[in-house]
Amino acid sequence: MPQISIKDYLFESRIFFTRAVIAAIIVFVALSIIIARMVNLQITSHEHYRTLSQDNRVKTEPLPPTRGLIHDSHGNLLAQNLPAFSLEVTPEKVKDLEATLSEIAKIIPISDHDRQRFMRLKKQRRRFDSIPIRVRLNEKEVALFAINQHHFPGVDIKAILLRDYPQGEAAAHVIGYVGRINQRETERIDLSEYSGTRHIGKNGIEKSYEVQLHGKVGVQQVEVNAKGRVLRVLESQPPTPGYNLRLFLDMDLQREALAGLEGYNGAVVAIDPKTGGILVLASKPGFDANLFVDGISSKQYNKLRDSLEKPLFNRALRGQYPPGSTIKPFIGLAGLERNVVKFAQEIPCFGFYQLPGQEHKYRDWKKRGHGQVSMKKAMIESCDVYYYSLARALGIDRIEPFLGLFGFGTPTGIDITGELGGLLPSRAWKREHRNEPWYPGETLILGIGQGYLLTTPLQLASATATLAMRGKRITPRMVKSIESPNDQHGYISTEPVVSQLPIEQEQHWDDMTEAMIQVIEGLHGTARRIRSKRYRIAGKTGTAQVFTVAQEEEYDEDTIDKRMRDHALFIAYAPVDDPQIAIAVIVENGGHGGSVAAPIAKRVMDRYLLGAGK
Amino acid sequence: MISTSSPINELRRSDPGRQQGLLTGLHLDLPLLTGLILLCGVGLMILYSAGDQDIALIKRQLIRLAIAFSVMLVMAQIPPIHLRRWSPWLFGIGLMMLAAVLVIGEVGKGAQRWLNLGLFRFQPSEMMKLAVPMMVAWYLAEARLPPDKKRIAITAIFILLPTLMIAKQPDLGTALLVASAGIFALFLAGIRWRLIFGFATLMAALGPLIWYLMRPYQQQRVLTLLDPESDPLGAGYHIIQSKIAIGSGGLYGKGWLNGTQSHLEFLPESSTDFIFAVLAEEFGLVGIIMLLLIYFLIILRGLYIATQAQDTFCRLLAGAITLVFFVYLFVNTGMVTGLLPVVGVPLPLVSYGGTSLVTIMAGFGILMAIHTHRKLLPT
Repeated sequence: MPQISIKDYLFESRIFFTRAVIAAIIVFVALSIIIARMVNLQITSHEHYRTLSQDNRVKTEPLPPTRGLIHDSHGNLLAQNLPAFSLEVTPEKVKDLEATLSEIAKIIPISDHDRQRFMRLKKQRRRFDSIPIRVRLNEKEVALFAINQHHFPGVDIKAILLRDYPQGEAAAHVIGYVGRINQRETERIDLSEYSGTRHIGKNGIEKSYEVQLHGKVGVQQVEVNAKGRVLRVLESQPPTPGYNLRLFLDMDLQREALAGLEGYNGAVVAIDPKTGGILVLASKPGFDANLFVDGISSKQYNKLRDSLEKPLFNRALRGQYPPGSTIKPFIGLAGLERNVVKFAQEIPCFGFYQLPGQEHKYRDWKKRGHGQVSMKKAMIESCDVYYYSLARALGIDRIEPFLGLFGFGTPTGIDITGELGGLLPSRAWKREHRNEPWYPGETLILGIGQGYLLTTPLQLASATATLAMRGKRITPRMVKSIESPNDQHGYISTEPVVSQLPIEQEQHWDDMTEAMIQVIEGLHGTARRIRSKRYRIAGKTGTAQVFTVAQEEEYDEDTIDKRMRDHALFIAYAPVDDPQIAIAVIVENGGHGGSVAAPIAKRVMDRYLLGAGK
Repeated sequence: MISTSSPINELRRSDPGRQQGLLTGLHLDLPLLTGLILLCGVGLMILYSAGDQDIALIKRQLIRLAIAFSVMLVMAQIPPIHLRRWSPWLFGIGLMMLAAVLVIGEVGKGAQRWLNLGLFRFQPSEMMKLAVPMMVAWYLAEARLPPDKKRIAITAIFILLPTLMIAKQPDLGTALLVASAGIFALFLAGIRWRLIFGFATLMAALGPLIWYLMRPYQQQRVLTLLDPESDPLGAGYHIIQSKIAIGSGGLYGKGWLNGTQSHLEFLPESSTDFIFAVLAEEFGLVGIIMLLLIYFLIILRGLYIATQAQDTFCRLLAGAITLVFFVYLFVNTGMVTGLLPVVGVPLPLVSYGGTSLVTIMAGFGILMAIHTHRKLLPT
């Protein structure tokens, strides 16, 4: 160790001291920089970072409202919400989606349909949304997944409320169904209102009353951690559940009507003529609306769509049929009101009618003819020749506006979407759509409800109700009242829309009523088999041709293909003195109105007027 | 001249900073000890909050603190003359162990740092945080100050060799601390400013080369520092969340145990490297200034002890140890506030974790030894 002198020692000590002081200054400056930085972050930018911290911590979540229930007039549930478990995947939280899905499939069966739906939804949703891979898990599957949950980060079981239609096929055409909100609908709806909702009404009541059924979305502010787990609710504004709907529909009658249609396709519409309320709106065949709630598989959908029976087709609203002889009360009334005929005036019937100077024979259904025929007899026996003659005397320019008064040719304005208007031809219509003049022969066949004229079962029922009410027209409606789910007494009854047809002479209506009563009660009445001792019915049968029988051929029911057979129709109201129900029945390819359609109407009326015991 | 054999222990110079009695007997320095205990107390309090009020975590940290203070106490008993004698040996053994780590070391967290000695695992790079300044101080004290160019060059090799070996593990944080320990010793030895600035210029010029030598993840950290928002969920996440925690604390903070960033797990590594952000969030700027004041006073006391030391070796060693402590503080706080790249350096004596704690306290033990084993100078 070298010897160091005192002087060197002091010199070295001074060097060190200087450097130590410099070091202290460096330390001070460095710490000042850190503090300056802290001032910058904590004072200058405090607001900015406070907001970011708040955004980190607090998430706003929508609280979806519970969809309103739908009841029939007796309080039977037509649409309800059932708790269900669904298995959902959040793509953002899953590293290898394919591997995860196949791992899940080892525990819980996943069909190709589930997979397709998942992939479809994945494209529509954002990455951090959870998407169902399986719905309606049973309890065993829920338990099985729960014990394996830790293997599947980003996969959760969610309890949801799923729309359920307990009446199955019977009410599917009326209620419609909800389905997952699709791309097109997202452009139409207020997205904030639907932020927590996955389903929307697609059809029927569910669609027309979407606004009332949906309710108001609520929000809650929750505190979440970095993994997105909700720790506590900070603030909550609960959702307002949707309104419950009570319909005029009577499920007992609806089932009665469907039971009556057993073996056939067709439609039955029954209206309470005093309120316009729809008691029955049956279309057969139906379908199970529950299939649509989670997204129907393309296989199932194709099967429904391609079926020759057309189960998805709502015949009651959209089926457009020639009314056949059921138009005769309206044509007859037109004749009386327009002073073209007198009620008792008779004309001869030889089984056919010919326009002057024409060879063509317009045939009566009764080959031998009806002999001398008054309007009453023409109604009772459904004489065609009488109505050829009457139609000709009236002319298209008087028939068309008169039928228009009863709502033919225009949608009734019922509170369900999708209704069609039928077709009420006129000269102008013919010119516009066919670019042809109106031929006199076309007026003749219009008189017996054939030719261009098309009506929906709903239109027929509504027109019958108007007959029953002596010209008082009430727009048909499904919904009786809209009820608040929170307040039992808080409900809004829907208001009927009423108008009155112009009436020239009350006597004409009395006469027509009498004629319609005799259709049922007369010795030769076409619907005499449904005669009741308990109440009086006024009605009219009809048979609508599906195809035109050539001039020289005979229509033979037994040899003809079933799909080519005539449609059987029947309209009626009862009791005559105090009409409580007006009904229209159409049985596709059913043959005769009197033998097939009328008994169905009778069943429904019996049930309604006499009760279950008859 | 220092007489190492002179038996005049009773004739200690009267020093107002020195206490009679138990502390003197244990060779402890009261101001330094007070600062350290205060710091550890604050550390435990923040750790309790950052660790989500986990008592078990606090217990483990208390055990580590007990071990670290024991090590300090033991180190304080060793007269510096012995340390000086051991310096080259310690350095040599350290270098060999570093070589061994690179060959047979155990891998943990993607780096090869540990040496399994059967009974316990050992991190030789930790030891080098003390061995390097000891070696440099020993070597520079061999000749008069300021050192000549040859001596500086050889010193540079003493510094560079372990630094590179540690950087290779890779452990950039420790390499930085080891290098700065040696460099501070050189600086305190009075090397010319020309050399210092020359060296700084050289480093700046070598910047691109260093960039090229860096591993991709290290490059990423530098890029992230410049623009953390470019990858908010990946590399930039730490810095962004840390800045949010600090900034949202404001002047007075959100209150103890009320920091949302750390308690809701947005802030990663909240009880270890990023604990400073937890303090900033819960105690605000006021808390931060108080903490930095404690650090500053400890560093000032360390530098004071260095200036009062009686030989060059002690001065350089005490100064270097103190300034390494400062580097810990600066690199950590710089990282957490987004001024420096993310380098794994804990906030000294506050961050949860044991290895560096023991080394730091051993260093303070040496400081106390240097201060309390002084002999009366012949005048």
